Amino acid sequence: MAAAPTTRTTDETRPVTTSPALSPTTPTATSTTTATTTAPAGAPLSDGAAAHAARELLRLATAGSVDDGKSTLIGRLLYDTKSVLADQLSAVERATAARGAAEGEVDLALLTDGLRAEREQGITIDVAYRYFSTARRAFVLADTPGHVQYTRNMVTGASTAQLAIVLVDARKGVLEQTRRHATVAALLGVPHVLLAVNKMDLVDFDEAVFRSIAEDFSAYAAGLGLPDVLAVPVSALAGDNVVDRSTRTPWYDGPTLLEHLETVPVSDARADDDLRLPVQVVIRPRTAEHPDYRGYAGRIASGTVRVGDALTVLPSGKTSVVTGIDTFDGPLDEASAGRSVTVRLADELDVSRGDVLVPTGTPVTLGQDLVGTVCWLSERRSVLGSRLLVRIGTRTVRALLREVDARLDVDTQTVELLSGVDTLHQVDATDTSSDAAPSGLGLNAIGRVRVRLAEPVLLDDYARHRGTGAFLLVDPADGSTLAAGMVGPTLLDRLAPEPEDSSDADWLAGAGI
Amino acid sequence: MTTTLGATSPTPAALSPSRLTQLDALESESIHVMREVAGEFERPVLLFSGGKDSIVMLHLARKAFWPAAVPFALLHVDTGHNFPEVIEYRDATVERYGLRLVVAHVQDAIDDGRVSERPDGSRNPLQTVPLLDAITSNRFDAVFGGGRRDEEKARAKERVFSLRDEFGQWDPRRQRPELWDLYNGRHKPGEHVRVFPLSNWTELDVWRYIEREGIELPSIYYAHTREVFARDGMWLAPGEWGGPRDDERLETRTVRYRTVGDMSCTGAVDSTATTVAEVIAEVAASRLTERGATRADDRASEAAMEDRKREGYF
Repeated sequence: MAAAPTTRTTDETRPVTTSPALSPTTPTATSTTTATTTAPAGAPLSDGAAAHAARELLRLATAGSVDDGKSTLIGRLLYDTKSVLADQLSAVERATAARGAAEGEVDLALLTDGLRAEREQGITIDVAYRYFSTARRAFVLADTPGHVQYTRNMVTGASTAQLAIVLVDARKGVLEQTRRHATVAALLGVPHVLLAVNKMDLVDFDEAVFRSIAEDFSAYAAGLGLPDVLAVPVSALAGDNVVDRSTRTPWYDGPTLLEHLETVPVSDARADDDLRLPVQVVIRPRTAEHPDYRGYAGRIASGTVRVGDALTVLPSGKTSVVTGIDTFDGPLDEASAGRSVTVRLADELDVSRGDVLVPTGTPVTLGQDLVGTVCWLSERRSVLGSRLLVRIGTRTVRALLREVDARLDVDTQTVELLSGVDTLHQVDATDTSSDAAPSGLGLNAIGRVRVRLAEPVLLDDYARHRGTGAFLLVDPADGSTLAAGMVGPTLLDRLAPEPEDSSDADWLAGAGI
Repeated sequence: MTTTLGATSPTPAALSPSRLTQLDALESESIHVMREVAGEFERPVLLFSGGKDSIVMLHLARKAFWPAAVPFALLHVDTGHNFPEVIEYRDATVERYGLRLVVAHVQDAIDDGRVSERPDGSRNPLQTVPLLDAITSNRFDAVFGGGRRDEEKARAKERVFSLRDEFGQWDPRRQRPELWDLYNGRHKPGEHVRVFPLSNWTELDVWRYIEREGIELPSIYYAHTREVFARDGMWLAPGEWGGPRDDERLETRTVRYRTVGDMSCTGAVDSTATTVAEVIAEVAASRLTERGATRADDRASEAAMEDRKREGYF
């Protein structure tokens, strides 16, 4: 069975509980509680300090090549939001000239190629992070190369993104590369996708061209289960509808690209999910002032914790009640997803790094058989039966790779079923030659794996819990990261042909789908 | 109540009581990174120069482990060309929070022949050897640095957890992919990991956080009068390191520093900003990056930072 498509609930209909401390009346309102108090009395408030204090952070990812105009688009965003400064611009001018370009020409793409090898080859190899901001929001942009051989970088960029920008050349329409980027975004559960139909200037800003590409992509995105897609007609080179509204697209009444980035919901309702608080460290000062203090420090991955809540510690299953939520700035009555806190419990329990605090009485899956989708990140192929470390939440457990039973082709969006034999007792794990892994995964491959864990851990579906449902496979010998994975059904399962027997349905059922 | 709010706001999510502001989100992420290091490593250390980024890092470390003390030492690589105000600040901070400070002296490395002085008098690149030696001799396995990705384009591709080999070298091709908030700090004996909790902060974010938190800085970050001379389009302060040369003329100007480093290559900028708010207004209006404006070493070539990073620099 394929996973049910996720339906987004918009926040517009949700009743709003106002909290004076955290909820300014409008996004640009001055906040009296979080704004600065350190400026000397009588001094003017720093430039936009109050507005700045209230603004949010959006993480986004772009994938593509120079051909799509991706670098030009990013250059345009940086340039038009005044995030490129004079010395950076003159460095780019020099680099443009050094490549024999006409005088005065500025290749904005060069702003985004950081490493020597990248400049020399004129390609992007690694994920680069860019920063720009407006009065309303600050943005962290993961700029990733779009070629198939860099799937791992696309996956990396998408893993933290709340929005993905997919670029299309208006003259070419939806291509294999476009579909690849959308596939990666869907696989990684990126909540919002913006389709930038670029180079509209080269098709005379023809509405029909835009509509046709937007419809093409929407149909395709629906098949991938992408919940929220917006198409915007732009010209990155000329700036139409990137930051400023274009006069050349009177038929388009939607937001500009930047306007959408400024208004798309950031929170993704993570605060409404069940609490997940992975314990990072136990705080025990043992000082005269705090002789018996014992607090569990971590960043809330999802949900909300309140004083008085009954919590269960996983995997031990012990329960207690929250007696305090501490921060350096003072105690809190409640705290939600994204906040780093220290929680105190009523009972002295054995809680340590790697444990997860969850609400008592809510259904959870605790198990030793992890089934999920991985993107293979290492040049060494996967070997069935090999010993691994699984890093999940703040916990690291020993594990065995038991099965690789399906592979997703990101270019064709098809799933190939592999002979899913449990080779636990059959494969010589010391033989790492590729012949020993006929059904293994190589660099950039995406596949479904079954991993046996040495001890039971909380297995949250990635589709529900993006924070705690993600994991890494790590080589115990040298510590390198072999693969990044997502627990439970993903896009791969959605696209997979119906299995001939129903054995796969068991874990789906067990995962609470 | 909700009707009015909904009518005036195009961003309903912004009204959620659980929302984090940008600075909250950055702070929370940095604290998460520091706690990960405390949970995964045996002997972390925090590079502390007395510059604003390292001061913000220390502030975040105090927040991350409160009410317990900061569970690691500070390491300062002392070029010997220091601003006295910064050394004073450093020592007062160590005293105030009861921290342990390890100082690695570039002068020691020159005296025993591990490095030699450069003709231009700059000791900034000479810091790498004493830094790596201090990491090895103290067996530090995680080293917090205040580097930010917005500073420089080689830094834009840096990981939060950045693996260094036994020679302290950074190999961009050997960097581990870094996904979600799952930082992989495993390393072999002799290797160490550089950790950059401020990766996603910009210069302006740092200043706005300093303002919000009321963090004290060394006085040279604010406008003051100082004898300086012009070199390579920057105002340098005279000192034992060698400036000014015969053809360079001292003059008294009102300046401040945007970065704090080795005196020989850290320039001051003309400024009248005497408060955090004024500095923020100035930085927001600046047309130059902080490194472009104030660091001679980064002007050497397009890949100057990349080359120094490869060798094991901060």
